[in-house]
Amino acid sequence: MKLPVFEYACPATLSEAVALLASHDGDAKAIAGGQSLVPMLAFRVASPSLLVDLRKLPGLDQIRITESGVSLGALVRWRDILDDARLRHAHPLIAAAVKHVAHYQIRNRGTVGGSVAHADPAAEMPGVVVTCEATIAVTGKSGARVIPADSFFQGALTTALAPDEIITEIRFPAWPAGRRFGFEEFALRRGDFALAAAAVFYDQDAGGRAANAHVGVIGVGDRPVRLATVEAALDGARVDAAAIARAAAAASAAVDPQDDIHASAAYRRSLVGTMVERALLSASA
Amino acid sequence: MRNSFVGAAVERREDLRFLRGRGEYVDDLAPRGLLHAVILRSAVAHGRLRAIDFSAALEIPGVHAVITAKDMPGGPPIIPMRLQPLPDFKPYEQPVIAADKVRYVGEPVAVVLADSPAIAEDALEAITVDIEALPAVTTRAAATKGDSLLFGPNSGNVALTFRAACGDAAAAFERAPYRRRESFRTQRHFGLTMEPRGLLAEWDAARGILRVFGAAKVLFFNRRILAKQIGLPEDAIDMVENDVGGGFGARGEFYPEDFLIPFAARHIGRPVKWIEDRRENLMAMNHAREAEAEIEIACARDGTILGLRGHTYTDMGAYMRTNGAVGSRNVAQFMSGPYRIPNIDVDVTLFMTNKTPVGTYRGPGRFETDFFRERLFDMVAKDLGIDRVDFRRRNLVAESEMPYAIATINPFESKDQFDSGDYQITLDRCLTEFGWDEKSKLQGRLIDGRYHGIALGCFIEGGAAGPKESARLALNGDGSVTVYMGSSAVGQGVETVFAQIAADALEIPMDRIREVLHGSTAHVSDGYGAYHSRSVVMGGSALLDAAEKFRSAIRIAAANRLGCDAAAVKLGEETVSGPDGRSLKLAELAGISAEGAFLNKKHTYTYGAHAAHVTVDPKTGRVQVIDYVAVEDVGRIINPKTLKGQVIGSLVQGLGGAFMEHLVYDDQGQLLTGSLMDYLLPTASDFPNLRSVTLEMKPSPINPLGAKGAGEGGIIAAGGVMANAVANALGSLGVEPRELPLSPPRVWALVNAAK
Amino acid sequence: MTTRFDVNGKPVEVTVEPRMTLADCLRHVLRLTGTHVGCEHGVCGACTVLVDGAAVRSCLMLAVQADGRQVTTVEGLSNDDDLTPLQKSFRKHHALQCGFCTPGMITTAHALLTEEPDCDADRVREVLSGNICRCTGYISIVEAVLDARSAYRKPGGGAA
Repeated sequence: MKLPVFEYACPATLSEAVALLASHDGDAKAIAGGQSLVPMLAFRVASPSLLVDLRKLPGLDQIRITESGVSLGALVRWRDILDDARLRHAHPLIAAAVKHVAHYQIRNRGTVGGSVAHADPAAEMPGVVVTCEATIAVTGKSGARVIPADSFFQGALTTALAPDEIITEIRFPAWPAGRRFGFEEFALRRGDFALAAAAVFYDQDAGGRAANAHVGVIGVGDRPVRLATVEAALDGARVDAAAIARAAAAASAAVDPQDDIHASAAYRRSLVGTMVERALLSASA
Repeated sequence: MRNSFVGAAVERREDLRFLRGRGEYVDDLAPRGLLHAVILRSAVAHGRLRAIDFSAALEIPGVHAVITAKDMPGGPPIIPMRLQPLPDFKPYEQPVIAADKVRYVGEPVAVVLADSPAIAEDALEAITVDIEALPAVTTRAAATKGDSLLFGPNSGNVALTFRAACGDAAAAFERAPYRRRESFRTQRHFGLTMEPRGLLAEWDAARGILRVFGAAKVLFFNRRILAKQIGLPEDAIDMVENDVGGGFGARGEFYPEDFLIPFAARHIGRPVKWIEDRRENLMAMNHAREAEAEIEIACARDGTILGLRGHTYTDMGAYMRTNGAVGSRNVAQFMSGPYRIPNIDVDVTLFMTNKTPVGTYRGPGRFETDFFRERLFDMVAKDLGIDRVDFRRRNLVAESEMPYAIATINPFESKDQFDSGDYQITLDRCLTEFGWDEKSKLQGRLIDGRYHGIALGCFIEGGAAGPKESARLALNGDGSVTVYMGSSAVGQGVETVFAQIAADALEIPMDRIREVLHGSTAHVSDGYGAYHSRSVVMGGSALLDAAEKFRSAIRIAAANRLGCDAAAVKLGEETVSGPDGRSLKLAELAGISAEGAFLNKKHTYTYGAHAAHVTVDPKTGRVQVIDYVAVEDVGRIINPKTLKGQVIGSLVQGLGGAFMEHLVYDDQGQLLTGSLMDYLLPTASDFPNLRSVTLEMKPSPINPLGAKGAGEGGIIAAGGVMANAVANALGSLGVEPRELPLSPPRVWALVNAAK
Repeated sequence: MTTRFDVNGKPVEVTVEPRMTLADCLRHVLRLTGTHVGCEHGVCGACTVLVDGAAVRSCLMLAVQADGRQVTTVEGLSNDDDLTPLQKSFRKHHALQCGFCTPGMITTAHALLTEEPDCDADRVREVLSGNICRCTGYISIVEAVLDARSAYRKPGGGAA
């Protein structure tokens, strides 16, 4: 499982990095923490001719918290998120989800940008990105643009990124105090990819009914998705046991998972309902 | 100073280098001139090998050679079976490299030699292999149907059927007032070791000596095979045991690479090292445990077992490996476990499929058959309205019946008997430690969304396989003693345990034992190795014999120098003295060496009981082990620390087999679980609540230490206990698990099917 | 490519292909064979080393990515004279059998205890879930790490 041959560059500026990616006709890949890319190289399922190491690019490792929201630089590591005490209040859903990501050693190297660019259907961060309607700031040879979450993830390991584009920031809308949220994941072992997970949040109107419900799930399709029917079932309702049960049923009905060696489609379908149910129980407690 | 080390929780000597990262495993060796070997393996499960074109590979800078079957005049040698080498198995033995057919994904097809493993792997991509695919046989139905034959046209896909029999099962079933028939399955998994396999071979053409590093487990036997295959006398081959990262029955048997790498070294005239990577390991290290049972039990109304009969089937993979028949035979022979079943007729059919070949894995066949039996017992106890503990108690073999003969296996006329034991003691102790009566109140209850279940199981663990083991002691120039063992280290702490035994036997402090050298063929004249939990019994007993001979040799030498009778010589810790008070330093007698042996035809039987408490989340299928108590009587405890390590380590492997480890194939014979992301091993979070109690109540009468083999007990009972605990938890839903693993999706499916 | 970094306090300069992992560089170029390779795809943790004090999987890092960094291997957490408190605790609790996963356990435990000398059993298990052991069943390893906390609570504790 030795890696295939590739050239390696470690540019000092973003424009250099973009130029390098652009120069190799789609056959160059960016590498940050390498926690997802290097295993692919080891199994030789990816064989880029050039790796462009992003680690020297300045300014991409900041966590910025302002009134307009939370911005995670692409090179922010999981570890940085867990260590940042501000995030527990500024965006508790991110903090809750990142607790489930992989393992201790991986969290020291893996980055949010890398995870989002890699787009594993069972990864937590893409799920949080979609649920929260985050936007992904990228820079490529045509300049900078901002891609909304709902058009970013296009399939398993497939995103809207052009081969020359690098993620610079992931921007989350501001998180109001008093917002209810929950994150529930089921994995076969601690740290494994989710068989299914649900990220939920909602605000409450003056009457204690849910509003602005956002329900996102991972592991049950080729990309993270928000479940509009579940959100609709919650909006305007009191989030009580009956509403939660309805929401869970709606979640199971809304997804179309596949069989694989770890779980049947039927199991995943049921599991996602249970995850939504438990996330809502946690949110409403 | 008598018996002060045996029985003590002595800290391990080998730890001093392991903790510092100074172990020497085979990949740590780097002789000058080294070339690296990478194996091209079949990507097709079944086919006719038409051609291999490696011309492009040879063009790659740094690639030195590509070896195929064509380089072996007379064809590739065949690997003989080491255990149960019946003529029926001969057609199914494995060639060291594919010649005309490939029969499993992972079968060696070519060996690339290059300056680095990376370059050799690059070369793999430049080799074209032309295989005419044949239909892959991946199920018992397909194997027995025989439309596609792995070894046709002369041989079918069924290699052999063993039969375990005693008494008259037909008559017992005829008159039995109660019978129950069930089917069960266990899944393919294996003894994955943290260190993958590896070998380094050096051919010294000038001296005609072949040295093979990275050997393990059964070095002397492997040397014998290699010598024949490669055309060298045995004493021209040195098999060297380095540090070994786990064995579990899987590492150390003679694999294709055990010929290919030495062959490559001679072929190219340079040292050659091959280190298995994890992807290879999953498809090339012996698989195990895939078995089915269709069995029936007959009982009296009071729960006395009258008979056991049925058919079992073991999926052997594509070839009969050196020890492939062991697990299968054990499924049949040990289905009765520690219980008295006077009438048995259980057969086991070994069938071939286009999957990785099967060998032993800790507690081979015993894990499977314990699961079959203990599941059946709980079902029967429920039917008969008998408490599950009482049912077992009533049927356990009694101490007064020892030695107790179990069913005889044919062909191969394999008879066996339990040596000693009081199975009630370990059962009682287990129930007490566990708190069975108190915990029973939780049986089947739904609390906070989780169902609670408790279960127990009793087991026996066979150890101490013969026929022989050797040990040698040598007196060094500083008066210290070096111990040489034919036993092999696989991580179980032999360097410490044997030092304890030697120190006590020689009546010297442990620090006078300079070191324990083990495994390598240079150390003793005739060694056997580590398998079937035999090292303490066989190696330890050989060591006692060597110690006696050693002391005798010292007395004789001292007597000469002191001018007295040997019998009058007193042996002290550092000196020897005669009756007139004259003395010599032991160091002055340096060079004395004595070899001892222990011959044995009987097995020891460690025995015990496990009890466990689980919760089941019916919505996710997750089973959590709340408490698990493992009790066993090992006859004689040499080192309680290392013993506990064996029990817990073995148990966690068993729990991995019960819940998560599964080698999955598709219907084309492709191994789908190709990485550690898919083949799931237990981690530190999974089973934190395990307790072990080890006893030395009933020594074994068949060896001077009174010891019994103790490395496999933990794993044997785990599957049955867990499945029963889940069944009991979900009893109100009518769930009856009949298959392993009990992964969350499978448990969920059982719950949903029952609704 | 030429890369310069520190290993166990000493500067090294190596010239390696970009595709060489840090694990292979440590083992085969620098001959520090204490770091073990168990899977090469970032799951088993046997290859764990410290990079600027943080535990990382050296099989997932390219040697060239170590440029300018401080790398600590199990050898750097050991000395010839005596076992360190962490090593003594491992030995006392029989937290190793075949020794193959052990260097990764030691480096990971050292990183954890340095950062969190008051970690509890759950935290230890969580962190060690990224290190697979096939021999011990983990219970003794968790005990050993917990027992070593007292050494790390002292100033300079845990040093090799």
